[in-house]
Amino acid sequence: MTGAEAAQVVLRLDRITKTFGKLVANDAVSLSLHRGEVIALLGENGAGKTTLMNILFGQYTADSGAVEVFGRALPPGNPRAALDAGVGMVHQHFTLADNMTVLENVALGTVPLWQPRLDRTAVRARITRLADDFRLAVDPDARVGTLTVGERQRVEILKALYREARILILDEPTAVLTPQETDDLFATLRKAVALGLSIVFISHKLHEVMDISDRVVILRHGCLVGEMATKDTDRHALAAAMVGAEVSAPKVAPAAPGAALLRLGEVSTPDQGNAPGLKSVSLALRAGQITGLAGVSGNGQAALADLIGGLCAPTTGQFDLDGANVAQWSPRTAVQSGIARIPEDRHKTGTIADFNLTENAILESYHTAPMSNHGWMNWARAEAATEEIIARYDVRCPGPDTRIRLLSGGNMQKLILGRVLEAAPRIILANQPVRGLDIGAVNYVHSQLLAARARGAAVLLISEDLDEIMALSDVIHVISEGRLSPEFARGTMAPADLGVWMAGHGFDEGLAHAS
Amino acid sequence: MDILDILLSASFWAAAIRIASPLIFATLGELICERAGVLNLGIEGIMVAGAFAGWMAVYSGTGLWTGVMVAMVVGMAFGLIHSVLTVPFGLSQHVVGLGVTLLATSSTYYAYRLALPEVTSPPKITAFQPFEIPILSDIPLLGPALFAQTPMTYLAFVLVGLVSIVLYRTPLGLALRAAGENPSAVAAQGLSVTGIRMGAVIVGSGFMAMGGAFLTMSAFDSFFFEMVNGRGWICIALVVFGAWKPGKALLGAVLFAAFDALQIRVQQTPLGADIPYQIFLMTPYVLSILALIVMSRRAEVPGALMVPFNKGER
Repeated sequence: MTGAEAAQVVLRLDRITKTFGKLVANDAVSLSLHRGEVIALLGENGAGKTTLMNILFGQYTADSGAVEVFGRALPPGNPRAALDAGVGMVHQHFTLADNMTVLENVALGTVPLWQPRLDRTAVRARITRLADDFRLAVDPDARVGTLTVGERQRVEILKALYREARILILDEPTAVLTPQETDDLFATLRKAVALGLSIVFISHKLHEVMDISDRVVILRHGCLVGEMATKDTDRHALAAAMVGAEVSAPKVAPAAPGAALLRLGEVSTPDQGNAPGLKSVSLALRAGQITGLAGVSGNGQAALADLIGGLCAPTTGQFDLDGANVAQWSPRTAVQSGIARIPEDRHKTGTIADFNLTENAILESYHTAPMSNHGWMNWARAEAATEEIIARYDVRCPGPDTRIRLLSGGNMQKLILGRVLEAAPRIILANQPVRGLDIGAVNYVHSQLLAARARGAAVLLISEDLDEIMALSDVIHVISEGRLSPEFARGTMAPADLGVWMAGHGFDEGLAHAS
Repeated sequence: MDILDILLSASFWAAAIRIASPLIFATLGELICERAGVLNLGIEGIMVAGAFAGWMAVYSGTGLWTGVMVAMVVGMAFGLIHSVLTVPFGLSQHVVGLGVTLLATSSTYYAYRLALPEVTSPPKITAFQPFEIPILSDIPLLGPALFAQTPMTYLAFVLVGLVSIVLYRTPLGLALRAAGENPSAVAAQGLSVTGIRMGAVIVGSGFMAMGGAFLTMSAFDSFFFEMVNGRGWICIALVVFGAWKPGKALLGAVLFAAFDALQIRVQQTPLGADIPYQIFLMTPYVLSILALIVMSRRAEVPGALMVPFNKGER
């Protein structure tokens, strides 16, 4: 990037303010973006990053403030104007139609509605050319529903490029990607910057921010609290600026494992569509110990979680709780046996979006005393219990009668934690417990899991984040194609060694060694 | 043996196509609405209103095609009511749809009594007459079945092709389908989900009313209140049967109509003397339920069907 180009400001936000009810999402935020520059917009969940970008893109209307693109003011609340001005947005939740092809999704809205015909050949040629230029390999005639998450994201980027976007906004683009796909995305972004595009990259992952950005802008509680050149800062300083306090990794005391509370002996479960079931898996969850389950997503983690959570039963093999064979197994018996479930997808299976906090807090206990008696709900008791969770687990919300849809991911997760941990469970199934959470919330969840371990609970931690697994687990298993590796004690394996197992190597020899 | 004779007769297939015609119009209308993401349960009432409006217009002296236009406009008016309530206001599509059916049916009754206060049996009009297409109608079996129908039947078949082309070959169709699959994809491209969905419901309702008009202006030559008789609800099922595709929906309509035509004829055979006629009346419905179960298992429902779209909601 030369000095002359750097001087050209392509985007300017001027004192943007936006409130939702009592919540101030953006408080007089100003920033500018130059040609060929990557700005990282950094902040915790709920800091107002997405709101700011939605205002820029015209999906929300700001209460006050102005947006200027290439020196011209953008009319508020008009996505069309933003698109025409050269702003392209890749949303966190993709705006693609699954039942339609890549080509149709890209072409949507690019030609006048009343034009008699859609020239598919021309669209296809242009998609192919852009895909080559920006290294975005994707089949134009594939149905979006059949694509992987990484491919869908490429379609979103293609959509923006197809409309000749000069400014790309990417909202948490890596949250859904594997490390390999993230590398591919970054290669594409570097290519785009080299071709003179400018990028706003929203994230709360510090190493990515350090990796891709030229400048970092930090938002906290809707205010711009810091702005610095990436080369002049480091992860530590960014983390501190983001949460407003020094952050430290959790201290892990030595483990004192007790008896095996849950034991699987050569258990197999049916495949679930494309995802493999368990293949002759043996596993012991011991009291006072965190067992980490590493592996690439879709290798049987869901099957194991469903099995322990009571959603499916083993087809073959031995399933023991406290040394006794389990005969009848359902989610309800699982909960009654003292298993706490932190589900993988808190929106889909962890909460009911339009229920309020109280109703969500008692989802697992509403049918028993004290939440209900003889078939009558005891709402006063339920609300009191929820107030307690809110206070003890620091759930930031207007009150227990708020719809949970309105909470940020981190606060939603805290409520789920409170729901399952208040019952002092003996076995905790933590499936991707910190996915999509910011640093503050991550540390909080981790400290709660460690506290449960200290109290003598057996924890199964399922995560795709190897750093998280290695930081917390006392013993580690790797899962691949539904098969489980032998147990590795803390510190005996380097990430690269685990990576070999994650890639599916070593199972046949390994099992022979283990037995 | 009797049934085989029936199946090989041109008059049977001609009847099947005739019975299918109103279903084709209304099924296409419903299909357009649902492809844009709006379930239109106003269909039954809109068909009643269309049947009355077209017939009344012709009875008051307009031409037949003007009558069809009048029916369409009346249908579109009810479509406007439906779409205003379901799209910008985002009300329950079930409730609004049933409400529109009740409103359309009762206002039709009211208009009928207002227009013909002292009539005991409804007057007749000169309806569309069958038009034999030269050469084509001379083809054995196929000719009399397909090419000796009334002009409105031909229009129904043309509309199937037209809707198909618009849905799959034009930018408008693309936007319409996207509005039914994922409205935020449409909004993110700067298009108006509200406009597209309202347009689809209004045009679709116009088609439904034409289906009703076929009954009074082509199949019969007069108007009775019971004449729509659940055809609208059948069309809702036919959309599912056709997996939201115009061609397959056409096939479903013809199939249902063929069962209907068949049962009438079987009633008159010796078999019909032994079995209560209600059994025969029932068969098209039973068979369509079975066909529906088989056909709809792999159907792809529009992703955002019945999901209201509110811009800017968190």
